[in-house]
Amino acid sequence: MNRRGFLKTLSAAGMCALAPAAAGAGEPSGEAEKEFHGVLIDTTRCIGCRTCEVACAEANDLPVPDVSDESVRDYERKTSDTQFAVVNFYDTEKGEISVKKQCMHCNQPACASACLTKAMLKTPEGPVIWREDKCMGCRFCMISCPFDVPKFEYNSAIPRIRKCNMCWARLQEGEKPACVEQCPGDALMFGTRSELLEEARSRIYAAPDEYVHEIYGEHEVGGTGVLYLAAVPFSQLGFKTQLGTEAYPALTTGFLYSVPIVLTLWPALLLGLSNASKSRDEEEHEAKKSDRGGTSYVIRD
Amino acid sequence: MSSATRETKSLWRFLLQELKPKGKLLTPFNVISVPIMAVAAWLLVIRFTYGLGAITNLNQEYPWGLWIGFDVITGVAFAGGAYVLTFMVYVLGQHKYEPIVRATVLNGLLAYVFYAGALLLDLGRPWNVINPVIGNSFGVSSVLFLVAWHFLLYMIAEFIEFSPAVAEWLVWKRARRVLHSLTLGAVIIGISLSTLHQSGLGALYLMAKGKIHPLWYSEFIPILFFVSSIFAGLSMVIFEGTISQRVFRHQISEEHHASHDEIVLSLAKICSGTMFVYLFLKMLVFLHGQQWTHLSDPMGYWYLVEILGFVLIPCLLFLQATRSGSLTLTRTAAALTLVGIILNRLNISVIAFKWYEPVRYVPSWMEVEVTLGVICAEIWAFRWIVNRMPVFTESPRWVHESVEEEAKARSADYPELAQEA
Repeated sequence: MNRRGFLKTLSAAGMCALAPAAAGAGEPSGEAEKEFHGVLIDTTRCIGCRTCEVACAEANDLPVPDVSDESVRDYERKTSDTQFAVVNFYDTEKGEISVKKQCMHCNQPACASACLTKAMLKTPEGPVIWREDKCMGCRFCMISCPFDVPKFEYNSAIPRIRKCNMCWARLQEGEKPACVEQCPGDALMFGTRSELLEEARSRIYAAPDEYVHEIYGEHEVGGTGVLYLAAVPFSQLGFKTQLGTEAYPALTTGFLYSVPIVLTLWPALLLGLSNASKSRDEEEHEAKKSDRGGTSYVIRD
Repeated sequence: MSSATRETKSLWRFLLQELKPKGKLLTPFNVISVPIMAVAAWLLVIRFTYGLGAITNLNQEYPWGLWIGFDVITGVAFAGGAYVLTFMVYVLGQHKYEPIVRATVLNGLLAYVFYAGALLLDLGRPWNVINPVIGNSFGVSSVLFLVAWHFLLYMIAEFIEFSPAVAEWLVWKRARRVLHSLTLGAVIIGISLSTLHQSGLGALYLMAKGKIHPLWYSEFIPILFFVSSIFAGLSMVIFEGTISQRVFRHQISEEHHASHDEIVLSLAKICSGTMFVYLFLKMLVFLHGQQWTHLSDPMGYWYLVEILGFVLIPCLLFLQATRSGSLTLTRTAAALTLVGIILNRLNISVIAFKWYEPVRYVPSWMEVEVTLGVICAEIWAFRWIVNRMPVFTESPRWVHESVEEEAKARSADYPELAQEA
C-alpha cells in the first residue's frame, strides 16, 4: 500500500471513529440532585383507600378503577399500560399495610440512559417523562428498569410506553401531582428531594418506634425521586432490597468508555498489522499473479 | 439517441433479464420456503395492523422475545465469520482463506440486512427508527444507540467489501477498480465496528442486573459475547460452506473445491483455540462470582448442559478433528457449537431472563413462523446473488486482464521496482 492509500484508510477510519466516539462518553449526571422534585410516601399514614388510584386515572385519562373491589387485596398487583399507580396490601408483622407503587423517578434513571432516542427523559425538575414523537418502541427501557415500571401497549398499531410521569403537565402549571393533591390521609407529600429527606428524617426522629430507621429510595440505585417511610422492613412490603446503591447507568459506563478507545486504536493497530504482514516481495508477487485477480487482496490505486 | 441513454437502456434490459429466475422453479426448497414466507408476510400484516400482541407472546414482563433473542442477537453472532475471515485474509495476509471470503462477506452482509433488519418487525414505532440517525435525538448514553449506529455503518462497510463482485456482474470496470481499492479501509473499519457491536449486544443486558440468572449475568458479558462471536462466526462458515460446496458445486472450480477441506480444518483449529479462551474466561467468571452455589438446581444443570455439552465437547471435537484431519468430526463440532451459541444467546435474552417469574414467556408459533420466513428470505437473496455474481465462480476475464495491465503500467512507472523483481 502506498502513502495515498494509507492516508485514505486512516482518514476514513478516523471519521468513523468520531461519531460514535463522541457518543460514547455521555452520562446523565446526578449533580442537580438537590433541585429534583419528588414525592414522600409515608406508608404508616396510608389507609389504603385507593383515592390516589382514581386521581391518577382521572388525571391521565385512564379507565377509573373500581375502589369497592376488595379482591385486589388478595394479590400483589403491578402497574400496567392502563394503570400507572396501584395500592397493594401486604400482611406484615405489624398487620396489613397498604403501599402505593408507581414509577420511582430515579435520579439517574436506567430507562433514560437506555433510551437511544431520548424519548425517556429525566427532566431537570425531577419527573422522568416519555416523549411520543421520539420513541421507536424498542422497549429497551423495560429491559433496563430495575423496578419494571415502563409498560408497553402490545395491542396497538401505534403503541406507546406508559408510566407515571409525576403529572408533568400539572407541575408545569404550578400544581401538585394528582395523587398527592387527592390523598385524604396526608400520606403523600410533594417537594424537592432534600426537603422530603429532611421531613422523612424528622418523622423518624419524632417517632423512632413507629418507623424502621431507613428511607427507601434515599440511596437505592443512586437515589430515587419517590421516597418511602415504613413501620416494617421494606422487604415485607414487596420492595426490592438487593438493588444496591450504584446508579444503573454506571453499569454500562465501562463499556461505553471503551468505545472511543477501540475505535481509535483498532484501525491504527490493524493497519500496522496489515503492513507488517505484507512484505514488498509478496506484493510484487501478488501484482504478477494473474490467475486470481478477482480475489486478490492487494490494494492498488 | 445519445450513448448514455442507450447504455442506461441496455442496463435496464440486463437487470430485468437478471431478475428472472435462473433455475428450476419446483425445487424442494422452493416448495417449502414459498408457503413459509407467504404465511410470514400475512402474519406481519396482522402484526402491523393490530400491534405486537396480536401475534407474539411478548408481555410486560418479557419485552424482548424470540425476534430479538434469536433473530438479532444470535443472528449477528453467526454473522461474525465475515469480520474474522477478512481479518485473517486482508490484515494477516493468510491467503489460503481467499476462496471463501466473498461468500462469507456476502453471508455476513445478508445476515445483517435480514436478521438485524428483523429488528424493524419488533419495533413498536418503526417509523421513528430514523430518529437516532438523523440527529434530532441522539441518546448517546445508550448502548443501543451505539449498536444501532454500528449496525448501519457495518452494513455499509460490508457492502463496500462485497461491491467489487457487483461491479464485475454489471461489467463496470472503472467502478470495480475504485471499489476494490476501498477494500482494506472497509475491512479495517468493519473489524473495529464488529469488535464493539458484537460485545455491545452483550452490553445491552448489563442493566438487566438482577433479572438475569446469576450463572449467566456477569459484568464480562460484553467480552464473552465478543470472544464467542469468533467461533460462532467460523462455525457458521464451516456449516454454510458444507452446504454451499454441494448446492453450488457446479459453480466452484476444481482448485477451490480441493482447497476447501484444508480451509475447513484450519478454521477448526482456530475454533478450538478461541473456544478454549472462552471456556477459560467463563471459568474465571464462575470462580470469581462464586457461582458454584447456583449449580444444584435445574437452572444449574441447564448451565452445565450449555457449557459442557455445547462448548467443551465441541471444543475437544474441533481439536481432535484437526489432529485426525476428519471433516465429518469438524462439521459435527461446528453444528454443536452453533447449537451452543443459540443456547447461550437465548439463555441470556429469554430463558434465564426473569427465571423467577411464575409465568414464563414461550414464543408463539407465529413468532417462530415469522423467524423461519426471515431465514428463507435470506437464503433466497443469497441464492439469487450467488447465481448472478462471481461469488463461488471465478471473476470474469477482464478483471485479470486489467490487473495485469496495471502491473505492467506500474513497472513502466517505476522501472526500479521491475528490475528488483
